[in-house]
Amino acid sequence: MKQTKMPSMSACPRALQTVPWLIALCLPLVVDANTSGNLAYCLLWAFSAVGLAAMWGYGGILSFGQTAFFGLSGYSYGIFTLNYNDTWFESWLGLGAGLAVSVAVATLIGYMIFYGRIKGVFIGIVTLSVTLVLETFMSQTAGPQWAIGEARLNGYNGMGGMSPLTIPWPGGPLTLENASFYYLVLILLIAVYAVMRKLLDGPFGLTLIAIRENPQRAEMLGVDIRRHQLLVFVLGCTLGGVSGALYTIWGAYITPSTMGLTAAAMPVIWVATSGRKSIGGTILGTALLVWLSQNLAVYGSQYALILLGAILLIVVLAAPEGLLPFVTRQLKRLSSRTSDGTRHGGACLKREEGKS
Amino acid sequence: MATLPNVYSLVYQFGDNFAYLVLAALGLAVIFGMMGVINLAHGEFIMCGAYVTIIAAKRGVPLPLAMLLGAIAAALAGVIVERLVIRHLYDRLFDSVVATWAISLIVQQTMLLVAGPSIEGIGTPFGSFSLGDYSFSTYRAVLPLIALAILFGLYLLFFKTNYGVCARATIQNANIAQCLGLRTDRLYTLTFALGAGLAGLTGALYAPTMTAVPTMGSNFIVQAFVSVVVGGANVIAGTTPAAGVLAIIQTGLTASYGQLFGQIGLLVTVIVVIRLMPQGLGNLFTRLR
Repeated sequence: MKQTKMPSMSACPRALQTVPWLIALCLPLVVDANTSGNLAYCLLWAFSAVGLAAMWGYGGILSFGQTAFFGLSGYSYGIFTLNYNDTWFESWLGLGAGLAVSVAVATLIGYMIFYGRIKGVFIGIVTLSVTLVLETFMSQTAGPQWAIGEARLNGYNGMGGMSPLTIPWPGGPLTLENASFYYLVLILLIAVYAVMRKLLDGPFGLTLIAIRENPQRAEMLGVDIRRHQLLVFVLGCTLGGVSGALYTIWGAYITPSTMGLTAAAMPVIWVATSGRKSIGGTILGTALLVWLSQNLAVYGSQYALILLGAILLIVVLAAPEGLLPFVTRQLKRLSSRTSDGTRHGGACLKREEGKS
Repeated sequence: MATLPNVYSLVYQFGDNFAYLVLAALGLAVIFGMMGVINLAHGEFIMCGAYVTIIAAKRGVPLPLAMLLGAIAAALAGVIVERLVIRHLYDRLFDSVVATWAISLIVQQTMLLVAGPSIEGIGTPFGSFSLGDYSFSTYRAVLPLIALAILFGLYLLFFKTNYGVCARATIQNANIAQCLGLRTDRLYTLTFALGAGLAGLTGALYAPTMTAVPTMGSNFIVQAFVSVVVGGANVIAGTTPAAGVLAIIQTGLTASYGQLFGQIGLLVTVIVVIRLMPQGLGNLFTRLR
């Protein structure tokens, strides 16, 4: 495993990795408030993608249910803040409530899956069923009897009007919107990136890779594979929940269609395209793809979805390790034709693709 | 005596749910059971069958023939998809699943652009009959029988024909089957086409009873997944009892608590079944045998 990671590490020196973050930090200074709000929108989906990348790229668990936790957490935030919105503290408690619901549900479903020894694509079907049933459930909550406290669920039209996050400030609480909301998302993202890199490059990540490559061997070596898979599943799903809560805060709005079949495909597309084995690449790729589909949606959402579908198909057929790793590998091959080491690294990567 | 209509009403609803679960799942179950591929474009093959049926029936083709055309069109689409995409991904299971999802997305959205949000349907044939205070659609009462007939046909296909023997040999051990001279790649194409064709037939059979919209496939997808998860990889010994059990649960819950609890009951059943019997009901049956 060490061998296959070497080429990508050496190609991207540490200094180079911080450049996108620095650019991201400076962006709100050069664009207007509205655009930074849009940029925050592009970034907030990355949590969900990072969660899937950790599950899929490292743990070998292909979950189609990121959107289930996205929706659960978004709705929880909405329900909580529509009922309690007196102080700044309660909006943050709403965020916490969203995450707590995600953790609880992910633990329950993950327990059923991994302790029931479900494997491979079956995990995908089960998680997809969960999110589709949640969508069906939320879509039919239109009647007035579907209310939790003050919060009407509103069926297919979705729930709206929840209060944004605020922080205490001298001279009245400050609402986080546009640039300040962008910084909140960015700081959270940097924190998640740092924690995930630390976790996945450390013993936990290596154990996950060992389980992905050969579960039986890992188990013989004394690894409790079910516990590790459950842990990464809960972690990944909770990150999906972070995206959901932030999305609800961003637009003060959430609908059941965020849990539908089309929405559920999005995290898979982002992660598959960006290269599921790199957390940084996933963040970058997701932000770019969301930005791209947002711009294309001006001409009609169908075009954006067709393009994303086509990208996914091409990636799966031509560049299974992801578009970004594919491009960097091709560039590297071009730049150092004579070097033998690169070719060796490429061969290693190729061998690895076959298994996943 | 009002009991007979009431009892028949329950039987009718059970039959309706059973037919829906079986028909929704069959195409998916064939492809999954034989090839291990979860075909997420399943709903789009159903849509394809339904659209071809409706268009043909409107042009004056008799309905049974139009349905056959729908199934054949879906099977041909299946051949194309298998040749162009799935074929290259047999050794990468996850990627084949993701690729079918991409196909589903492309086809669905293209249909939205080309055919618009919905097309005018055709009426349900055969009219209705009434029993006591209830009125039942004859067509929907016949559907469970058609579902059983299709299951029986599949049984004959897999156990009594040359194709069936070869296909089962390929599932058991593709390498040895190939060494013995079977063209496994051709078998895979045929099997994928069979699954797609069955999905198309489902769409064709349900075309007269629902509005045709490009996203209609997703109405079937949850039921299809649920039946396949509960049934396991075995097409006939798995899907049939799974659909039977699920239909009983769904009918019971729907009759007492309404549609929503029927759906939630299905999901809870799935989660309990995967915890207790990860290989599905089909495995239980084959083990007992």
